[in-house]
Amino acid sequence: MIPEALKTSLETRVAEAITPREAAVDVMKELQAHYGWLTDEAVVEAAGLLGLSPLQVEELATFYEMIYRRPVGRKVIHVCDSISCWCADCQGIITHLKERLGVGLGGTSADGMFTLIPCCCMGMCGDGPAMSVDGTPYGRLTPELVDEILELERQKA
Amino acid sequence: MELPLFRHNRPNRPVTFEEYREEGGFQGLQKALSGMSPAEVQQTVMDSGLRGRGGAGFPTGKKWSFVPRDLPGPRWLICNCDEMEPGTYKDRVLLEHNPYSLIEGMTLACYALGVRHAFIFIRKGYEKAAENLARGITEAKKAGLLGERILGTDHNIDLDLHLSAGRYICGEETALINALEGKRPNPRQKPPFPAVKGLWNGPTVVNNVETLANIPAIVANGAAWFKGLALNPEGAGSKLFCVSGSVAKRVCVELPIGTTLGELIDGPCGGMREGKKFKSCIPGGASTQFLTPDHLKVPMDFDTVAKVGSRLGSGGVIVFDEGHCLVEATLNLITFFARESCGWCTPCREGLPFVKEILTRIETGRGEDGDIDILREHIKYLNYSFCALAPGAMAPLDGLLNHFEDEVREHITKKRCPLR
Repeated sequence: MIPEALKTSLETRVAEAITPREAAVDVMKELQAHYGWLTDEAVVEAAGLLGLSPLQVEELATFYEMIYRRPVGRKVIHVCDSISCWCADCQGIITHLKERLGVGLGGTSADGMFTLIPCCCMGMCGDGPAMSVDGTPYGRLTPELVDEILELERQKA
Repeated sequence: MELPLFRHNRPNRPVTFEEYREEGGFQGLQKALSGMSPAEVQQTVMDSGLRGRGGAGFPTGKKWSFVPRDLPGPRWLICNCDEMEPGTYKDRVLLEHNPYSLIEGMTLACYALGVRHAFIFIRKGYEKAAENLARGITEAKKAGLLGERILGTDHNIDLDLHLSAGRYICGEETALINALEGKRPNPRQKPPFPAVKGLWNGPTVVNNVETLANIPAIVANGAAWFKGLALNPEGAGSKLFCVSGSVAKRVCVELPIGTTLGELIDGPCGGMREGKKFKSCIPGGASTQFLTPDHLKVPMDFDTVAKVGSRLGSGGVIVFDEGHCLVEATLNLITFFARESCGWCTPCREGLPFVKEILTRIETGRGEDGDIDILREHIKYLNYSFCALAPGAMAPLDGLLNHFEDEVREHITKKRCPLR
């Protein structure tokens, strides 16, 4: 169950939309922020708010890279593996992240803090290799910098 | 001559609303609303020779002219800020420095097209750009430059942001329309084209950020002025180039259309990274063909780059040096496209993973004699896909086989990557 305040704000968002489902991505994002990932319960709640069937929400949720239909850690790391970051040796950064977190791609660290997911071009091609942690972008990564960022993000959590 | 897009930029912060206005901002809007008819604004854009900056290079005025004047019901304008073409980051840099040119450009486009309500579709990860735009919209409304009764006229124009959740296909204009409507963003069948039947079935124009940000200066200074910015006679305006890869400085710069590839690399990029030699580049984002050192003198304009078998595309230039294996680079590109395929049509959904598998084989020393022919066939087959994603994916592969077939063959005969 979502808190009444969140429900009211989402209802307002839907009411302001030109058609209710136009607000679908916003609603999914807000519910995801509340639950940590888009749970089955959240899918049903989104459907109720948007006047859609849960299946219609599901076909949207599974389409987007940044909507998570499985549990994730407290912070998701998206590390870019597209061509410009490849030129800047993103493979080295990805290998380092895997080692540091003790996970494979898609895995969550044992402490539940980080989930590591490769992602497509982040538009940081001038500053590759690049990643984002919980939405915060970081560029010009080196293994040392990655360690600092992980520590910083751990402290901020 | 002063170029229009980056001239308001400050080194470490976005330009303010007041600064933008002091430097001539919103004069284009003032000029249009006080003395030009919508048709005259449209004609000016047509005459300016402005071509779409998102990648396809379609003439903007012509695109606008496809919107039927007499259809009843609302019509829409959408700004495509779903910048996910690998190697492309120009729209982000532009909006992080200055949201106002886009806001003014969209207001002008709405006026020219008779649009009451427009959207900016923003990709995930561009929150800073979205913040700037949200602030800019509030400021413009407060100053009477957007919203109800703009500049005291009877014109009302609303501008809303749509924040997406990450998927490359959303940049395809019909997929983008589905995404905005809250539907699964598969592309739609064309025709009908969006200009006739688009968002909520109304006439719809979808333009790129950079395209729309050019409109204020075109209206303020005239079509001839814009044309005159280009260095080549058939070109028009300036272009944002965002460079990545093996250059000394990876920069996003505004240069006159017609600047050569070599001038871009040796000038603002400071040449190649120390000790590296230019081998190849992709001139306009992931879905364009590789160029070679023979092409460094090519003027960067739509037709001139097309003439040498590639595309100006988005202006996202990715530079490779002699140490880069272009089979592996192509494999990286195909992996991206295979992952981002929406899965709607068979050639794309099945073809891209197959091409990826063959390239993986070649790169890891398991390639066979017939593989190059199979790849060539797929360049043909994937043109039968539903939208432009798969043909775009085949562009770098096509370039690889046209210019670097020897490198591919060497992988097969040596049974390993010769660059490792």
